[in-house]
Amino acid sequence: MKSDIHSLRERSLLKLVAAAALILLILILVPSLVGTYQMQLLIYGLVTAIAALGFNLLLGYTGLLSFGHSAYFGIGAYTVALVVQHLGPHSMEIYILIGIPTVAIVSALFGYICVRHTQIFFGILTLAISQVVYSLVLKLYWVTGGSDGLRVPRPSLLLGLLSFSGPRGFQQFVTSYYYYVLAIFVVCVIFMWVIVNSPFGKTLQAIRDNEIRARFLGIRIRRFRWISFLISGTFTGLAGILWVPLNGLTTPDVLYWTFSGEIVFTALLGGFRNFTGPIVGGMVFTYLRTYAVATTEYWQLLLGVVLVTLVLVLPTGIVGALAKVGQSLKGKS
Amino acid sequence: MGGPVAILTIQILNSLLYASVLFLIAAGLSLIFGVMRIVNLAHGSLYAVGAYVTAWLVGRGIALGVPLGWLFLVLPVGALSVALIGIVIEPLLLRPFYRRAEEYQLLVTFGLIQILEDLMRLIWGGTPLSADALMDTLPIIRIGGLLYPAYNLVVIGIGIVAAVALWAAIYHTKFGVMLRATSQDRRMASALGLNVGLVYVLAFGIGCFMAGLGGAIVVPTQAAVLGMGIDALVIAFVVVVIGGLGSLKGALVGAVIVSFVRTAGIQFFPELELAVLYLIAALVLLVRPTGLFGTA
Repeated sequence: MKSDIHSLRERSLLKLVAAAALILLILILVPSLVGTYQMQLLIYGLVTAIAALGFNLLLGYTGLLSFGHSAYFGIGAYTVALVVQHLGPHSMEIYILIGIPTVAIVSALFGYICVRHTQIFFGILTLAISQVVYSLVLKLYWVTGGSDGLRVPRPSLLLGLLSFSGPRGFQQFVTSYYYYVLAIFVVCVIFMWVIVNSPFGKTLQAIRDNEIRARFLGIRIRRFRWISFLISGTFTGLAGILWVPLNGLTTPDVLYWTFSGEIVFTALLGGFRNFTGPIVGGMVFTYLRTYAVATTEYWQLLLGVVLVTLVLVLPTGIVGALAKVGQSLKGKS
Repeated sequence: MGGPVAILTIQILNSLLYASVLFLIAAGLSLIFGVMRIVNLAHGSLYAVGAYVTAWLVGRGIALGVPLGWLFLVLPVGALSVALIGIVIEPLLLRPFYRRAEEYQLLVTFGLIQILEDLMRLIWGGTPLSADALMDTLPIIRIGGLLYPAYNLVVIGIGIVAAVALWAAIYHTKFGVMLRATSQDRRMASALGLNVGLVYVLAFGIGCFMAGLGGAIVVPTQAAVLGMGIDALVIAFVVVVIGGLGSLKGALVGAVIVSFVRTAGIQFFPELELAVLYLIAALVLLVRPTGLFGTA
């Protein structure tokens, strides 16, 4: 009996690894098939997926809905921009090495305040704090450039091994950067997978499902939520760090509440009750948004309508709906 | 009367003006939460709709040659139109979510923000919509040698009247008893024969009316612009966090505190004005998580 469950688990894990390997293979081969623009979109998709993955550790696994994750994305982006301005190195590794601790410290600080509350108050606090960061960045223009933002030039990759200049520099940068981001994305996915399947992750889910019972078991709820917040914010911050060299510019827009809304939307679109949901959501959302922006000036309206419809009729998102379809097909055969 | 005294008087009046508007918004938010246990994130956007509708109607009225004095009737019309939107939204979008997890309620009202904000851009465009003609119909009075528009005093008056009316409605009418009964125990109220669905629609409508009224009375003093709803929402949150969500007294006290701090902030530390407000809110949350008068 026991070995049965074991082999069943092994088989499903094997299936999962096989599917992931296939997708990874496709993602590795893609650059030889598509142009620079499509590759840029793919990078944005991967970055959004990393941000949503972090966000979903809070929403999907801890049961806390943050409306302020733009703050961590934006702080990641602005940290890179300020490093460029004041310290000068154009190396992606240095950006990451300085950026991640900065975002982690800020997340720890804000998280410490926010996790004192749950539900509505948590949402309000996260939104409020991110709006404060936004207004500070907008008003302290001598540091942050105000609404003009700060420019970030193309960095070198792999400790200066790869640098990009000349007429074809941009194309070369995009191709190399694609693999760079893809590698980090894979590390992030594995890392997050380990987290949510570890005893720590299981404890978070226990707190999400029944806070009172978890407390009776002697779990220090607030500390777990705090660490979850810290990891979540750092992931989203890393997405900001990776986003800014490709965009070449960071403006206060990435700190504004609408951007938090996009992160929420991404997780919901893919489905926040499962692991792969935010990843699928990040990819689909990037393309959806790109084409919505191209076709209508009022894409925010479009996104709002889609969001309300999703919550009303498809609360489990794309992945959840696909799983349901798959299950009913299996049941029939 | 000396200069500093006059300036101080004007600053106090400005604070009270801001407090009136803020009270209207926060009290609506608090009322809806108190009765329905739902936080309407789109509340600030509804306030903005009130401002836009009023400004637009004033503009139309002037174009049609309506005498300016009559245009004051536009203020309640602006507020009523927002109440009407609320009465449509509640059964259509919110009712399916009372039994589901709170995340979904927040998500749906968040989607509503996106829809309302862009609809306003679609209908009224990106240029600010002004209704200062209304302000100009009233005389400018002198306070210790300084000029002050009398309209601002009207706004303060409306704020005070609204606070008294709301208090009287909740604590001294039969409808108020129904509201409080539903707020305390929805199922028991329903079992005793109250039409809970109707109470919900009315409570949501009144809450939206107050937000719309806030927008309507503020728009003659400052033009309606895109994004004003979000700013209002964020400040209204500070008010209800300080005062306590679901409490009328809390909304009043919170609105007064926030307005005076904000006026002082604009005077002495303009860059950090919002940050200071949030610092106060955070301190209140740490010391008294339910706010000064909250019960939730």
